[in-house]
Amino acid sequence: MTRDADIGTELQETVRTATARGTALHIRGGGTKDFYGRQINGQALDVGKHRGILAHEPTELVITARAGTPLAEIETALAEKNQMLAFEPPAFGPSATLGGTIACGFSGPRRPWSGSARDFVLGAKILNGHGEILRFGGQVMKNVAGFDVSRLMVGALGTLGVLLDISLKVLPRPEAEQTLAFALPPDRAIAAMNEWSRQPLPLSAAAHVGDTLYIRISGAGSALRAARARLGGEPVEKGDELWRELNEQQRQFFEGRQPLWRLSVPPATPHMALPGKWLIDWGGAQRWLKTDAPATDIQRAAETAGGHATLFRGGDRNAEVFHPLPQPLAALHRRLKQSFDPAGILNPGRLYAGL
Amino acid sequence: MGTPLQERTPAPHGNQAALLAALRALLPREALLVSEEDKRPYECDGLSAYRRLPGLVALPENIEQVRQILRACREHGVPVVTRGAGTGLSGGALPHPEGVLLSLSKLARILEIDPVNRTATVEPGVRNLAISEAAAPHGLYYAPDPSSQIACSIGGNVAENAGGVHCLKYGLTVHNVVGLKFLTVDGELITLGGKALDIPGYDLLALLTGSEGMLGVIVEVTVKLLPKPERAQVVLAAFDSVEKAGDAVAVIIASGFIPGGLEMMDNPAIRAAEDYVKVGYPVEAAAILLCELDGTDVEVSDGIARVRELLLNQGATEVRTAKDEAERLRMWAGRKSAFPAVGRLAPDYYCMDGTIPRKHLATVLRRIGELSREHGLPVANVFHAGDGNLHPLILYDANKPGDLERTEELGGRILELCVEVGGTITGEHGVGMEKINQMCVQFAQEELTQFHALRHAFDPDDILNPGKAVPTLARCAEFGRMHVHGGKLPFPDLERF
Ligand SMILES: Cc1cc2nc3c(=O)[nH]c(=O)nc-3n(C[C@H](O)[C@H](O)[C@H](O)COP(=O)(O)OP(=O)(O)OC[C@H]3O[C@@H](n4cnc5c(N)ncnc54)[C@H](O)[C@@H]3O)c2cc1C
Repeated sequence: MTRDADIGTELQETVRTATARGTALHIRGGGTKDFYGRQINGQALDVGKHRGILAHEPTELVITARAGTPLAEIETALAEKNQMLAFEPPAFGPSATLGGTIACGFSGPRRPWSGSARDFVLGAKILNGHGEILRFGGQVMKNVAGFDVSRLMVGALGTLGVLLDISLKVLPRPEAEQTLAFALPPDRAIAAMNEWSRQPLPLSAAAHVGDTLYIRISGAGSALRAARARLGGEPVEKGDELWRELNEQQRQFFEGRQPLWRLSVPPATPHMALPGKWLIDWGGAQRWLKTDAPATDIQRAAETAGGHATLFRGGDRNAEVFHPLPQPLAALHRRLKQSFDPAGILNPGRLYAGL
Repeated sequence: MGTPLQERTPAPHGNQAALLAALRALLPREALLVSEEDKRPYECDGLSAYRRLPGLVALPENIEQVRQILRACREHGVPVVTRGAGTGLSGGALPHPEGVLLSLSKLARILEIDPVNRTATVEPGVRNLAISEAAAPHGLYYAPDPSSQIACSIGGNVAENAGGVHCLKYGLTVHNVVGLKFLTVDGELITLGGKALDIPGYDLLALLTGSEGMLGVIVEVTVKLLPKPERAQVVLAAFDSVEKAGDAVAVIIASGFIPGGLEMMDNPAIRAAEDYVKVGYPVEAAAILLCELDGTDVEVSDGIARVRELLLNQGATEVRTAKDEAERLRMWAGRKSAFPAVGRLAPDYYCMDGTIPRKHLATVLRRIGELSREHGLPVANVFHAGDGNLHPLILYDANKPGDLERTEELGGRILELCVEVGGTITGEHGVGMEKINQMCVQFAQEELTQFHALRHAFDPDDILNPGKAVPTLARCAEFGRMHVHGGKLPFPDLERF
């Protein structure tokens, strides 16, 4: 096993030199999410060696670790104390790091009920484009001192700062979980997911795959029995495996080279009339689409529904892959980028061209 | 807090006179308040130790008017302080003597309750509780419940990232907002999100939340609604020492419970609340815990039995379970009225808002006790125990010479103590005007500089709520107290003066 190490000052030196010379840096953890965002060139900045859990205090519900710490190491440490990352991040490979996970801001099936990656970020130590080491937020649950820069880092794909250390809120694992299956077409599955979400039921996942709606319930044994009685459905034997495979995109649906789109829409949006294959997650709020349809059609449909679309995998990674931003918002993004990274050296172009 | 701010009534300089003329042309007569008498109600927010009159007060009725006001202010270089309901406790809505106080109280329509997507879309002046009331017919509610919820506005909640007694389980404002519309200082309307769960690009929803009116003026908010839990039940436990109560909190969390609410009050707070609302609190206890579990019926029954046992094992001298909904509400009424209750013990009280890692609770309370004696000012403590957010309430008399200054000094010491043990100077009330000096203790120069740079990306000329929340480096130098990280001063081996 690789040793824990603090290479913060080394990384700082590299960033400073890059700023002085105007060299673009390509920030990398474990490389499991190279597929995501726009294709960029740049000198590799390897954060993977900056690793190690710095603090985990189960009764404080907080873990702090260096960005290069393998996600698996964190999950193991939490599991030993019967805790978890409640946003259920997908790893997309064994070498996934905490930093990459937070920079991408991915969350799994539990997200609509537990919250997203950014919801669990309590604090971060970062390197901005000047090569300054800055700390924002902290290790406590509630903190409103100063602008919420640590949450701003989530999903910014490293374009605003290099993540060094991250503090996350963690939660106890549910006492028990049960997955139930219902044979339903997509439109009826969407209606059912939303109807159940309006009721005080212990839901923790709801996805429609093929022609089956899967519902996961979590909590105390007594609560699960009561919920099962209300919901009906067929118990699924290996529920954990099902959700893991879905989250890690290892199901058959995700195979093949056809572009994969992610549509984030209001959960009750009716089944969408775009050509391709669909998989519905997050109780209807996250829809996966395998399609060759033109980007503009997909973006327009997502926007009409009140959401946005991302070219998640495949397709043209030199073009824009995230939803186009209206002019004043795009200008604000550029000024924000400037304020953190005036030389434009941190993952330039990974999120949007020009950022 | 502090040296009460000098009230200046500056002669309106050129800009202001020109601005007034411009605004008169844009707004109906009653939407502008200029006389001292009319402006008086706006001189302070919930932190009444700080007062000053604004240059003028504008009361727009719609987004278009807000936009025009912003454009005019920007053009004339006049500061704008946005105000919601004015219940803030950090002086965030304290007017600027030469600026416009922009009150959004008339933008108070509930635009849509969408029971299917489980969202409410409202104007910023809508009161927090009004959202839950409007959602109630659908069996839904808005979770964050600051104690001020009957009065405070959702716009103010977003600007402060307000919390409540249920936020350990249901999160703060930031976890419950899915969409915002805000006006930039240039009057551009920017829409962030809507009813989907996330937004493209940078997470400006998170950034705008808690931005204290310094990045933009929030003109519409879409929040998540949750199904009302089938049942909620509260247990009250009394302890003969604060340490035991603190340990019991840790044990409850470690056992895997995330209670809907987990609150602590110390003896002075218990007595004050009992005197005020007569809910039957055990007045001899050194501390009480209120632990609420919610969920399905069976789940709550099982949970309550287990929590009772845990509390008794931790040495609780008494454990009471609310018999019915009326008793549950009574138990909470004591906690929710703690501020006004304590307020009756002295002519004035001053509410602090630090957050600490919970394990340091006993030490911090002991140190607060010592500091309280040193400064000769009583302190009562209420505590969002589940998430470590402490509200020491300092009792003083503003009319007694020197009391206010000593209160300020004591308050500052308490906040610095929070930072020293690895916490923060504000958990939910914001920095505003009040804790601006302590920002110099919590953050290093480079961090404050980054905050200013970020702010200038939105507001290059410091028009929006200038002088609040983020101190200038010059101010920190003057304040003369240093940034401490992890209990260590920078360069520990250098000699101190
Ligand atoms: C008795 C009492 C109990 C309280 N309990 C709690 C509690 O439990 N939890 C908690 O978190 N707080 C609590 N508070 C503090 C306060 O109620 C909250 O901070 C609340 O969110 C402020 O809302 P407001 O509408 O009164 O905002 P205001 O006081 O009017 O303004 C607060 C800040 O927000 C800015 N602002 C307001 N509206 C907008 C807008 N639309 N766009 C941009 N900026 C805006 C202002 O400029 C100011 O900086 C309590 C206060 C009192 C008096």
